Amino acid sequence: MKIILNGREEILEGATTVAGLIALKELNPNAVIVEYNYSLVKKEDWSDMVIKENDRLEILRFVGGG
Amino acid sequence: MSDILKIGDRELTSRLFLGTGKFSSNKLIPEVARASGAQVVTVALRRVNLEYEEENIAAFVPKDCILMPNTSGARTAEEAVRIARLARAAGCGNWVKIEVITDNRYLLPDNYETIKATEILAAEGFVVLPYMSPDLMVAKKLVDAGAAAVMPLGSPIGSNRGLRTKELVRILVEEITLPIIVDAGIGRPSEAAEAMEMGVAAVLVNTAIATASDPVAMAKAFGMAVEAGRMAYLSGPGEIMDTARASSPLTGFLRD
Repeated sequence: MKIILNGREEILEGATTVAGLIALKELNPNAVIVEYNYSLVKKEDWSDMVIKENDRLEILRFVGGG
Repeated sequence: MSDILKIGDRELTSRLFLGTGKFSSNKLIPEVARASGAQVVTVALRRVNLEYEEENIAAFVPKDCILMPNTSGARTAEEAVRIARLARAAGCGNWVKIEVITDNRYLLPDNYETIKATEILAAEGFVVLPYMSPDLMVAKKLVDAGAAAVMPLGSPIGSNRGLRTKELVRILVEEITLPIIVDAGIGRPSEAAEAMEMGVAAVLVNTAIATASDPVAMAKAFGMAVEAGRMAYLSGPGEIMDTARASSPLTGFLRD
């Protein structure tokens, strides 16, 4: 299944949820923010959110800035 | 002497805001924050790098500081609004520094897009601190748009060139009732003091501290300079004259 993850095409093997994707990428769930098709997904909804073909996901985090 | 800076619903005793970019190690941030006395600390929002593990900057900001995400990276009002909403939804509180920039050489803000973003976010309950090119008419529009403070640049971001916009900032201090916070370009503690002496409410410093050889000591120096400048402003500096005014009696030593 093809998705757009952080602006780049990515192929996912089999069905997964947002929570599954975060685990797959070995990210700390408490340190990232997920935008799914341009809307923010709350962390409590990550495990219910099934990723579909051509979905656009942005995984963001806070970084240093002035 | 109680000298409180009120922004939104918060009362601040420190008038130095701290940026967290460009530090050689995030581990310096809590120490720098403590040394500077800053109570407002800025962060940015970016895509996660999926290739390697990164640190969570928010974990390095002392818990008693107000975390103020900026909208850096936004090129339009819409993008700034999107970033602000994401940051708030991520539990970052409701303060936001609006930064809309399309000019890559001087990083000068787009005042027009900044006003639009301010209006939208203030209506949504954000405490909006817009970064702007100092201009009186724009500042007035930001006031009408619901800004909580106005943040004119001193000189281009990260340039350490100091308070080159002094005359224009002075006009904002005189004409705008909201707090004026000089953001960007302050390179030396003396320049922070200079801004405070002319009555700005606060200064935001990042590069000058982060790129100093000893960022912790420099943070302390900035904290002291901001306090000194504020105290000087409140003390009412004496008039500037074109010619000498003798400090000693003008009579000759043994003559009238």
